[in-house]
Amino acid sequence: MEELIEEHRRSEKRRVVAKFAGDSGDGIQLIGSQFTLATAIYGNDFAVLPEFPAEIRAPAGTTYGVSSFQIQFGGLDILTPGDVPDILVAMNPAALKINLSNLKPDTIIVINEDEFDEINFKKAGWTSIISGEEKLDDILSKYSVIKVKMNQLVVEALKDVNIAHKEKVRTRNFFALGLVCWIFGRPLEPILDFVKEKFSKNPEVKKANELALKAGYNYGETLEIQHKFTPIYIPRYQFEPGKYRYISGNEAFALGIVTLKEKLNIPVVFASYPITPASDILHYLSAWRNFGIIALQMEDEIAAVNTAIGASFAGALGITATSGPGLSLKSEGTNLAVMTELPLIIIDNQRSGPSTGMPTKTEQTDLLFAMYGRHGESPLIVLAPTSPGDCFNTIIEAARLAIKYMTPVIILSDGYLAMGSEPWKIPDIEKSISKIQVEFYKGDPKNFTPYSRDDETLARPWAKPGTKGLEHRIGGLEKSNVYGKVSYDPQNHDLMVKMRSEKIRRAQRDIEELQVYGPADAELLVLGWGSTFGSIRAAVEYAISKGWPVAHAQLRHINPFPKNLGDVLARYKRVLIPELNLGQLLLLIRGKFAVDAVGFNKVTGTPFKESDLRQAIEKELINLEKEGKISKHIKIEEGGAKTYAVS
Amino acid sequence: MQKHMQSHEIDVKYTPKDFDSGEEPRWCPGCGDYAILNAVRQAFSQMGIPKEKFVIVSGIGCSSRFPYYMNTYGFHGIHGRAPAIATGVKVANPDLSVWVVTGDGDGLAIGGNHLMHAIRRNVDIKILLFDNRIYGLTKGQYSPTSIVGQETKSSPYGVIERPMDPVILALSQRATFVAKVIDTDIKRQIDIFKEAAKHKGTAFVQIYQNCVVFNDGAFEDFAGKEVRSERLIELKHGQPMIFGKNLDKGIIVKDLKPQVVKIGENGITKDDITIYDETNYMLNLLVANLHYPEFPEPIGIIRRVREPTYEELLYDQIETAKKKRGEGNIKRLIQANSWEVSPS
Repeated sequence: MEELIEEHRRSEKRRVVAKFAGDSGDGIQLIGSQFTLATAIYGNDFAVLPEFPAEIRAPAGTTYGVSSFQIQFGGLDILTPGDVPDILVAMNPAALKINLSNLKPDTIIVINEDEFDEINFKKAGWTSIISGEEKLDDILSKYSVIKVKMNQLVVEALKDVNIAHKEKVRTRNFFALGLVCWIFGRPLEPILDFVKEKFSKNPEVKKANELALKAGYNYGETLEIQHKFTPIYIPRYQFEPGKYRYISGNEAFALGIVTLKEKLNIPVVFASYPITPASDILHYLSAWRNFGIIALQMEDEIAAVNTAIGASFAGALGITATSGPGLSLKSEGTNLAVMTELPLIIIDNQRSGPSTGMPTKTEQTDLLFAMYGRHGESPLIVLAPTSPGDCFNTIIEAARLAIKYMTPVIILSDGYLAMGSEPWKIPDIEKSISKIQVEFYKGDPKNFTPYSRDDETLARPWAKPGTKGLEHRIGGLEKSNVYGKVSYDPQNHDLMVKMRSEKIRRAQRDIEELQVYGPADAELLVLGWGSTFGSIRAAVEYAISKGWPVAHAQLRHINPFPKNLGDVLARYKRVLIPELNLGQLLLLIRGKFAVDAVGFNKVTGTPFKESDLRQAIEKELINLEKEGKISKHIKIEEGGAKTYAVS
Repeated sequence: MQKHMQSHEIDVKYTPKDFDSGEEPRWCPGCGDYAILNAVRQAFSQMGIPKEKFVIVSGIGCSSRFPYYMNTYGFHGIHGRAPAIATGVKVANPDLSVWVVTGDGDGLAIGGNHLMHAIRRNVDIKILLFDNRIYGLTKGQYSPTSIVGQETKSSPYGVIERPMDPVILALSQRATFVAKVIDTDIKRQIDIFKEAAKHKGTAFVQIYQNCVVFNDGAFEDFAGKEVRSERLIELKHGQPMIFGKNLDKGIIVKDLKPQVVKIGENGITKDDITIYDETNYMLNLLVANLHYPEFPEPIGIIRRVREPTYEELLYDQIETAKKKRGEGNIKRLIQANSWEVSPS
């Protein structure tokens, strides 16, 4: 202990990865979000990754019942929730056991010693300890460990509080939170404010949690006195001035939809069916009835998309949200919207598949499904937000495109964006987001034909039911160009197939060009899409800091691609495409641009680690070097990739 | 009660021709759908609803071609999904008069779930289920209402599944308006469609519809011209359940047991006949379960009660939330739990 304490004395770190882990009944997500709040108020940048079991009440103490919350925070631009924890708070043996494989020698482990008994080792299935083959202390000796008898300490601290013993013990999560707040010098006030509000109806519980939090914080001072352990100072991040909040992808979608309601001159109808990890969007919108939001829970995924389509036919903007299995069910309905050329937004929070897969885990495996997972030639717009906050911008953009081009838009978010959060500079809704004016057909009814097209966008007119003289029929059967009568004419079908495809291609005119980050003379382009932005950018920044010729571009538009994508790709000797799938964007890029791109693929249900990507970049640079394809000479020295440098 | 409840009544005079889209129907000659189309056009022209307020939504199947033949707004959807599409239309614009045209395959097999839930929610849509007990457009497979033993292309040895009763399905979801009628009975269809239009809430109408090609004469036993007066019973709210050419037969329901009786025999008088009550759920269920040949086949309005509709409750909830919590302020919402970073 003494050595550890010395090591961390007056330590100053630019960024820290902290992980809280415990039983799903331990209130880990609660203390994680409160630590995040305190971190935000303190003034660090951060990124967060909550992880919890799909089971609502998994058996206590088991490894599959472990809930955890990881946050990386610091005084610089934080792009990911971090790879390996610098500090792990393990509330029980199961939480420690499943994290042991991902620690480093200088990780500080805080354990609640009171829970490390034989019963809990058994529940965690830690047979080597039960049988005596291994000793906990031997395992822990590799790390810096702070053992705290949290159960006893909270019971002592709450001796004057009038609640049951069991209830007192339950406040140990706030004790742990208090201790970690002390270690990193976080303010307690925002957490105390939260406790005050949350438990306003139960003064004894409120008092208990306040006392536990403070007891944990004060225990830090004991550490300091007894072990000369001082708090770790984290410099503040220089945020651009402005108003901030922290936001998850699902919150951003919901807030985006409310903003759309404000900006559109037509109603918004959100129809959805509960599914992890998209249900939160339905929850938020259902609670915001006073905003005039129409949020409907339908009988199934199929009904949800069809109700949204019906709403769009009636002159509203239909939106639905789902995850992989639901996207499969919505395939048929989506095709109807493609055929009837009606605006529709489908949010897909991708999760691990196939089938039910791992519902709470993230993946990027629906890209080709969003592109091609419908029968017939069925083009539509596909967007992919790059961060939780970007989900807000993306849904606004989706609405503009859906309406302008009269088309469905699929937004490929994922579990990581849906549940992860980051600080978000709140946009000025009034000034920075312009109105979206829908213009229904209002010409002479005599000239109205449902499948005439705008010269520029190729969009068909939107005629609102209830308008006199515009009575017309549309549907899933192929229609004649211009007139919209049921048509089996071969030439007409060929024309309509091509027209629908060309319409989506033209949306390229409204899509921003792809921005490239990195030195002008870079030789390797790392091309990602959607939620992997942070981890790729962090790895590329590292590469650039080493002087390596690497650049990064992140696609937010999958269909159509930005118009300069082909030019960008042509500038590099090699394109490396990291994806949380087996190479779906890779297939598109190779197919559409005949570029010799290579993939880096991982499908573990978790986001990329920065270290994985660093290695992938290094490996590809070495390959290029070996192939003699790097013009700017890079010397690879003996001992492997990590030692090479630009000469 | 509020703006979306406004009456559609206007003074416009329409003729059935006004509802003809000019598209030539592509049903087989002699198909029962022609008669229903005729009845719907007549009924629509008499409802006092402006033509542009009608939206007809359908699924897939012979009956689902219906919207193309009506000069109203129309949406030919996908197989089974019409009730879901129609729910979206009605919620987005409650001022529209929304009609669903579906069949026994579309509405009861692939779309059973949507039909059931639309009825359960009491969305103010009118659902016309053309029941011909067969799949027509796919050329003759058995449907959920096909009878046991029915020989079709997919049941050459006879159907082994028990048929579904659409009216019972609707009643099981506490439908607020349920009716049953026969395709050839234009006059009664017009009346029922007009009543359905007046009803606030889901109106479910099962129409026995003859498929001349794949299931001809399926309803002839009780709906045939010669026999119908003896084998059908028209339900009339508040009236005794009397039927027969000479109005000399009736149904008495006693101790949950229905019984066909002859007036004038065994001392039974007209006063002994049970009075039909379209609001009595138990009686509705019991009578809906009567079928030919054990009983006369009941037609007419089986159930009608006024209950709040889905969209009324939805919009009321929005208004109440606004009153209670104040009109939503997006700026305040988006800035919840925010902090300020001031220029250093």
